[in-house]
Amino acid sequence: MAEIEINRNTPLSPSPGLRAEPTVPGEVTERAVGSRRVKARVITHKTATDLLAHAVLIFGAALMAFPIYMAFVASTHTLTQSLTGLPLLPGDRLIDNYRQVLSEGLRNYGLPPIWPMLVNSVVVALAITAGKIAVSILSAFAVVFFRFPFRMLAFWIIFATLMLPVEVRILPTYEVAADLGLLNSYTGLTVPLIASATATFLFRQVFMTIPNELMEAARVDGAGPLRFLWSILIPMSKTNMAALFVVTFIYGWNQYLWPLLITKDAAYYTVIMGIQRMARASDFEPQWHLVMATVILALLPPLIVVAAMQKQFVAGLFETEK
Amino acid sequence: MQEKRVIFPGMLVPLLLLVPQLAITFAFFVWPSIRSLQGSLFEQDAFGLSERFVGWANFARILSDPDYLSSFGITLVFSFGTTALAMSVALALAAVADRAIRGSGIYKALIIWPYAIAPAIAGVLWWFLFNPTIGVLPRLLAPLGIVWNHFLNGHQALLLVIIASAWKQVSYNFLFFLAGLQTIPPSLLEAAQIDGASALARFRAVVLPLLMPTTFFLAVVNLVYAFCDTFAVIHATSAGGPGTATTTLVYKVFRDGFEGLDLGGSAAQSVVLMIIVGALTIVQFRYIERNIHY
Repeated sequence: MAEIEINRNTPLSPSPGLRAEPTVPGEVTERAVGSRRVKARVITHKTATDLLAHAVLIFGAALMAFPIYMAFVASTHTLTQSLTGLPLLPGDRLIDNYRQVLSEGLRNYGLPPIWPMLVNSVVVALAITAGKIAVSILSAFAVVFFRFPFRMLAFWIIFATLMLPVEVRILPTYEVAADLGLLNSYTGLTVPLIASATATFLFRQVFMTIPNELMEAARVDGAGPLRFLWSILIPMSKTNMAALFVVTFIYGWNQYLWPLLITKDAAYYTVIMGIQRMARASDFEPQWHLVMATVILALLPPLIVVAAMQKQFVAGLFETEK
Repeated sequence: MQEKRVIFPGMLVPLLLLVPQLAITFAFFVWPSIRSLQGSLFEQDAFGLSERFVGWANFARILSDPDYLSSFGITLVFSFGTTALAMSVALALAAVADRAIRGSGIYKALIIWPYAIAPAIAGVLWWFLFNPTIGVLPRLLAPLGIVWNHFLNGHQALLLVIIASAWKQVSYNFLFFLAGLQTIPPSLLEAAQIDGASALARFRAVVLPLLMPTTFFLAVVNLVYAFCDTFAVIHATSAGGPGTATTTLVYKVFRDGFEGLDLGGSAAQSVVLMIIVGALTIVQFRYIERNIHY
């Protein structure tokens, strides 16, 4: 059982996966540095296998990048070029194609341009993220720092959300949203998605590590519960919030089924579902050059967030694993 | 949970704090699920004007429906195919990246970013690459004598959605496998090496058993992903076709509920899905609860 404990514990340190360089000063623990050195010594004479390792990893990285690269290439050529044999290098239509999708899109097919869809996606993703974090902090605070009847029941109802993803309750959830008048609205696009068991459990874990002395001190100083939450707990969980932000932003941005169900009015389309609408707009071949330009535009915001906050991103994945 | 904890007095404040989370959960999770459960036991006419209690009839009907059973089979192939593909590629890459080679940090960064890509986009990307008339990959496959056309060939369509779904999931698995590998004490591997174990033998006898907890955890996560999140991959590409070749259970609930208007059958299908996903979640949770120690 010992190795299992090690295994499950380590992911909680911020970014084990990205911290393999043995020489990062101050970052790596004594033990890790020592063991890495041992490992390095064992394999130094194996330059040939090292080359093989590089080859495998380059292949892996290429496998990940290849579809996106081809999408980018297609987005810089004309449609004819895509249809008659796409070159492997980017063309000269970059600015034209992107300008066209952003400002016009597939207007001929009754679809809105991509620009408003991107704005919708940003609004929806940020609202879901902020809502999820806020709602989860409040519930975790209530569950950890208070005792009240039905506390366990509340806990289990929150847990139930994990077992009921939208995919397994599509039709009745749609009906509830329709009954509440939430079709074609930002409220409808966001509020049903901000309940979160994982985020609540994450904050619960964080709050449970807060020493009792801290809370006693706060109470001696006359701080009420909300003051304690605002001035002590929230500042103390900033790193967790940042980690959660990255993962939740990606989640919110990538929503597909829910926006598809509750938006009939094109003014509320998000860009991810808009791609499907574009690809399906024509009965014949899709306008690949424009579809792929949209794909690239729809990829960029989450990729920028991941690239800019890579450490928080990895931490977020490990912290929300349960 | 039963630790001695200093708490604030009062009951009203915590209940108010829980209101937003519980209200949303009840309105959009619990209540719809109850309605599914209810709907699965009744037969409604298409206008929802009258309903009649039919007990298990809806379940009996879907479970004897060859379309439903074939969708079950497709879902099994799809889910296990996606999970196996995503996990084996990730494990291979992680095992290599775990070696202390130069630039491993860069490789890791290059492998983990597709996690940020939406399943719908992953689908459209591979749909484009495999496009029978214009795609790059069918052109490469042609000289090998493989005629690729996922619009006509159901097996190829299924393979396409498996590849697209697995591709996106490799990065997540890679990250967890790598973390798991890095907790394996090098002294164990060294000892095995001194005993004369080859690299392959070391991997099989030392690394794989120690990775079992990670593998098990990832298998459950990937199965849930393949069951639910891949709706977008299928809807944005093959739309369940050709025929019903890529109609998974989730896709069938959607199609029957919104297009077929078979309310009782769709509700019964929802309930079956809830049981499957719920069981997977409980397995995942029980396992983590037992092994996690903060």
